Amino acid sequence: MTNAPKASIVYLTNQYIQYKRHAWRRVPGSQERRENPIKILISNSSGKPIYEQICQQIKSQIMDGTLAAGDALPSMRALARDLHISVITVQRAYEDLTRDGFIETVSGKGSFVAAQNREFIREEQLRIAEELLQRAAEIGRAHGISLERLTGILALFYEEGD
Amino acid sequence: MDNSISVRDLCKRFDGFTLDNVSFQVPKGRIVGFIGENGAGKSTTINLILNELKKDGGAVEILGRDHTDPAVRSDVGVVFDACNFPEVFTARDVAKIFSGIYPAWDGGLFQEYLKRFSLPERQRIKSYSKGMKMKLAIAGALSHRPKLLILDEATAGLDPVIRDEILDILLDFIQDEDHAVFFSSHITSDIQKIADYVVLIHQGRIIFEEEKDVLLDQYGILRCGKGTEVEPEDVIVRRETSVSTEYLVRDRRAAGKKYPKAVADPASLEDIMLFYIKGEETCEE
Repeated sequence: MTNAPKASIVYLTNQYIQYKRHAWRRVPGSQERRENPIKILISNSSGKPIYEQICQQIKSQIMDGTLAAGDALPSMRALARDLHISVITVQRAYEDLTRDGFIETVSGKGSFVAAQNREFIREEQLRIAEELLQRAAEIGRAHGISLERLTGILALFYEEGD
Repeated sequence: MDNSISVRDLCKRFDGFTLDNVSFQVPKGRIVGFIGENGAGKSTTINLILNELKKDGGAVEILGRDHTDPAVRSDVGVVFDACNFPEVFTARDVAKIFSGIYPAWDGGLFQEYLKRFSLPERQRIKSYSKGMKMKLAIAGALSHRPKLLILDEATAGLDPVIRDEILDILLDFIQDEDHAVFFSSHITSDIQKIADYVVLIHQGRIIFEEEKDVLLDQYGILRCGKGTEVEPEDVIVRRETSVSTEYLVRDRRAAGKKYPKAVADPASLEDIMLFYIKGEETCEE
C-alpha cells in the first residue's frame, strides 16, 4: 500500500499530458503554446447528419484560419465522448476530412490539420460554385426567370447559412 | 479477432418462450445497445452469453474464446439491474470478497472509483440510494480491469442525472479501443445517446442489428392520408391510425421526394422499436 500514492500521481500526470496534447499546440518555431480553438456545435434538429456537421465545421475553421496546419484534433474517441455521439460518426467525419485532404492521420499519434494551400482549395470550390451558378443562369434564361430574382434567391441562401 | 462477443444461432427453449436462433456481434471498441420490451429475451440472452443458463444450441465466443472457458470470466465485468450485494455489507466488504474472486482485482482502482462516485466506504449498502448501489456495482465490475462490460438494464429505475453519469462512465471505459460494452435497456433514449450499434430483439428473435447513425439519419416515418398508395418495397412496417396511415421507411429523404403529399419525419429509436413491435409487418425482414 505504500506505493499507492505514487502510482496515482503517475496516473494523473499521464492524464494531464494526454489532455494537454489535445487542448494545446506548440506554435511552430517558438516555445509558446496556445489553446486549440477547435469548436464544434452539434444540432440534433438541423436535419443534417451529425458527421456532416462535424466535417463542415472543421472545414470552415481550417478555411478561415482558426485551425492551422499541424494543429492536433481531438482523438476520435475523446471527441465522441465529449459530444456524446457514436465513435462511428466521428470516424466517418474524420475519414471524409482525410479524403478531402483537410486532415492527416498518423497512426498511433492522432489526427492533425494537413498542410495545404488554402487559396488552392478556395479556387477549387469557386470552380464548383461557378458550374452550379451557370446551370442556374441557364435555367433562368430558358424559363424567363429574371436575373434579379435569381440573385435575390442566392443572397437569401447565402445569408441563411450563417 | 475483431469481435468482443460473437453470438451464432443461440437457442434456448422454455415453457412458453423460445429464444430462436439469435445471432449478433459486439465489435471491439464499440458500444452495442440491446433493446426490446420486457420479456423479449434480453436477460435470457445475456445469461446465456455468461453461461449462467445452459444453451440448447448455437455458439458464443467472448474475446475470441468459447464462453464456457472459465478464464473468460476475468476479462468480463457484469452489472445487473439490481445491486445484488447483501445489504449489511459495506463497500469495503465488497472489495474484500471481489479481491478473492478476481486475480486481477485492483484495490487502488476501486478506491478511486469510490471517490469519484462519492460512495462512502464504511457505510452499509442498506443506506445507499438506488443510484449509489448501481454505481457501486459498476465500480465493482470495473475494478478488475475487464475488457468487456455487460450491463443488463443497469439504468432502469434511475433518475436522468445518474443515468447520464453512468453513460459517462461507459464512454470513459470505451476510450481504450480494446474495450467493448454490451448494454441492454428498454430506455431507448440511453441507447440512442451512446450506442454505436443497436440490436432489437422481439419475442426471442433478433429483428435487426444496425448502426445507430443509419437508424437515426436514414430511417423515418412517412405519414399519409387514407387512400394514398405507397409501394410495399418502400415500406418496412405499416401502422394504421383512425385518420392516417403511417409507414416506417428505410430512407426518409427518398420517400419524402417520392410521395410529396405525405410527411416524412425522422424517427427516434423509440419510434422504430414501437413500429417493429406494434406495427403490422408488410414485408419480410
